[in-house]
Amino acid sequence: MSLSALFVLIMLGATVIYVLGRSRSLVLANNLGGIRHLHSLPLYYGAQAALWCLIPCLSLLALWVAFDDSIIRQIAIQYLPEDKQNLSSQELALLLNTIENIAGGVTSLQASPEMQAIADRVVGLRQLSSTILSAIVLSSLVLLGALGWSKVKPEYRARNSVEKTFMIFLLACSTLAIFTTVGIVFSVLFESIRFFDIIPLTDFLLGTQWSPQTAIRADQVGSSGAFGAIPLFTGTMLISFIAMVIAVPTGLMTAIYLSEYANNKIRAIVKPMLEVLAGIPTVVYGFFAALTVAPMIKDALHGLELSILSFSIGPLDVSGESALAAGLVMGVMIIPFVSSLSDDVINAVPQSLRDGSYGLGSTQSETVKKVILPAALPGIVGAILLAVSRAIGETMIVVMAVGTAARLTANPLESVTTVTVQMTTLLIGDHEFDSAKTLAAFALGLVLFVITLGLNFFALRIVKKYREQYD
Amino acid sequence: MTDKKISTIDLVNKNLKKRYRAEKRFQAYGILSICFGLMCLVFLFTDIISKGTRGFFYHYLPIEIHLDAEILGITDTNDINQILAADYSTLVKKRVYEIFEAKKRKEKKNARKLIAIDATGYRIQALLKTNAAALLGTTITVNALVDDKVDFYLKRLGEKGDPGTEYFNEAQLLLIGQLLEREEGGITKSLNKTFFTSGDSAQSEEAGILSAFMGSLYLLLVTFCLSFPIGIATAVYLEEYAPKNKWTDLIEININNLAAVPSIIFGLLGLAVFLAFFGFPRSTPLVGGFVLTLMTLPTIIISSRAAIKAVPPSIREAAYGIGASKMQVTIHHVIPLAMPGMLTGTIIGLAQALGESAPLLMIGMAAFIPDIPTSVTDPSTVLPMQIFQWFRNADAGFSEKASAAILVLIIFLVMMNALAVWARSRLERRW
Repeated sequence: MSLSALFVLIMLGATVIYVLGRSRSLVLANNLGGIRHLHSLPLYYGAQAALWCLIPCLSLLALWVAFDDSIIRQIAIQYLPEDKQNLSSQELALLLNTIENIAGGVTSLQASPEMQAIADRVVGLRQLSSTILSAIVLSSLVLLGALGWSKVKPEYRARNSVEKTFMIFLLACSTLAIFTTVGIVFSVLFESIRFFDIIPLTDFLLGTQWSPQTAIRADQVGSSGAFGAIPLFTGTMLISFIAMVIAVPTGLMTAIYLSEYANNKIRAIVKPMLEVLAGIPTVVYGFFAALTVAPMIKDALHGLELSILSFSIGPLDVSGESALAAGLVMGVMIIPFVSSLSDDVINAVPQSLRDGSYGLGSTQSETVKKVILPAALPGIVGAILLAVSRAIGETMIVVMAVGTAARLTANPLESVTTVTVQMTTLLIGDHEFDSAKTLAAFALGLVLFVITLGLNFFALRIVKKYREQYD
Repeated sequence: MTDKKISTIDLVNKNLKKRYRAEKRFQAYGILSICFGLMCLVFLFTDIISKGTRGFFYHYLPIEIHLDAEILGITDTNDINQILAADYSTLVKKRVYEIFEAKKRKEKKNARKLIAIDATGYRIQALLKTNAAALLGTTITVNALVDDKVDFYLKRLGEKGDPGTEYFNEAQLLLIGQLLEREEGGITKSLNKTFFTSGDSAQSEEAGILSAFMGSLYLLLVTFCLSFPIGIATAVYLEEYAPKNKWTDLIEININNLAAVPSIIFGLLGLAVFLAFFGFPRSTPLVGGFVLTLMTLPTIIISSRAAIKAVPPSIREAAYGIGASKMQVTIHHVIPLAMPGMLTGTIIGLAQALGESAPLLMIGMAAFIPDIPTSVTDPSTVLPMQIFQWFRNADAGFSEKASAAILVLIIFLVMMNALAVWARSRLERRW
């Protein structure tokens, strides 16, 4: 029986048991002389009976689905001839995949008789597993349903037990956030530790040579590849810096103008329009940066070069994948982020400070510069830190508009590469979890995670501390 | 004592002009930054729309073609395998040579370069599949697709800059010129229906977004089914039940931090946990949905909490007053009243998930998927990934498809956001 059919059956069964439990409680109540003799409302008795069978059956189903494949694989390995059982894990995986394909009916494969035999046995096991699962689940559905139904008694505290289950469900859902963080930390950490076994930590953090692609061929000179991440860090910093140069002044001045000068009508129009910038998918920005902005910058600089620059500093070498294009576009994307966060902190500055400043005869701009900005500074710094962490972690724009050549340069017109770009180039396509190349992506991920987490942590603390001052 | 003559008011007046100028300057900076932001927005959108709409259209050459059963090699019109395997290219090629009056090898080669032979063949095949018996042996008019480079050239003809003459030799340009000058039966430009009804293809003239669109829908379905209940449950727990202790603080800190973790890190999580550890199939909306659920949960939780907070305590107290239990208060009163706000937050979270690409890149959704997925466990791609794939393709025709797909994605997003705005304005109650 297919999984979805089984799932639907469980749901149907639970519904039936709900109805039965509910009606049994009503019958019992009528015998006693009315619903007031029940401890809980009838629906709670129904729900209680349904939960009795629903939870075990669904957990059983989930566990079975999670583990039956790996168990069948283990059994299939047992079927293999002796010499093949001792193959390396990769070759074994390949072999199992072949068996899988034969079992799945891919006819183009030339299957040897013994392989065909194993595949047939795997198919047999699958069917057996599915039959057993259906039998166990359906029988436990009936048995547990009957048990739940028999538990329906007038004095039974059904509401309390249903509410307790509900509470546990809520708690379980809310701990998912913790599990996610733990999952991220572990998945990144484990692979990184394996990476640092191959490549020393100091080489990774302090090396200036990044060329992971050389690791493919064993007979090559420098076959271990070079995993010095400094060029990636400088590249990331360069692009983030360009983005910040655009986003911080623009975003901050926008926030100041909107909160201090603009009337409500302008605010109501301009603010949502700017927010649109934040809602555009990053892949669109990447496309825009690579195909519109980069050529524009190239043309503009070539024009400039012909007229003035060639006399003073010689010919410019503008790369088609310059850091400038990606940085500019990323800056535009971050403007609404900076402006709405700073808007919040500027609005949180109490009116009394403004009034005091006006009372002393200062102009509006003087009030902003000398009173409001200093008062809102911690919050603004927090907002900027959050924006920086977003710029560092931004992926699609740089993947699309920036090259993959790791260069140690501060020239925004050259092509650089970033941490996120390297992570995607290392992980796109097929990969094994053993090569230093793949593991390097996780090490980069660890660095990225630690840095952004640190930035966010400080930013949130600064913002929070500052908010408490005036509230 | 000459100093005394300069009184404070004189000092102030002396500087006043300067200060007012500074004031004006400051305001101008503010207006300038707003204008910069808005100009970027306008520029971005005009660029997207002008490039995108171009991708919706294609150039066709209506040709009359005799469906010769002999050339096609079809003997039995009821045999679907024969129709599928028939030689359509030769048929189309022959007709194209006739149209361009090509006899020599070189002329034939030039003529072949102008019409997308295979794609036109597919069209005839599709016609025959529906009604082979009636059509075979008759002469029909087919809108033959021009080659994607010709389409590229024709779309840019008359615009400033080179329309892409380097793709063609002189004889080919001459032939294109002849086609354009034809009074009747010349090249027409019309809506590219294939783009909306087919999946990805290796040929840009055959490529469509339907597979990516369906993939996006499945992905959103999975994300919604998981993130909506979990997000609401978490928000309800934190707002209504959670005791003030270290555990609750830990949950809150985690949610706030997850909201700011770069999306690519969620991709690593998906790769290491869902693909490598649990062994879920790669490139499926199911795994993509899991990853995006984890990513959008903070957004949904934060906005749902705000919505729950906005429900006045008096409503809760009234319910308690008539004997409701805590759970009854929550389910009967708090959740229904907070639902519009929670829905708005969920739609915004889903819109974010729809446009997200970086984590999906990590779990292998940047794949070539020509088939239209029919379930959440079918390999599929999503709109942003499709855009990325086409962007990476060096062929000029694909870049145009990418712009068109961007437009579709943006329209989809605008509709979702409009829905959120509508839900907020119509359903939300102010207390």
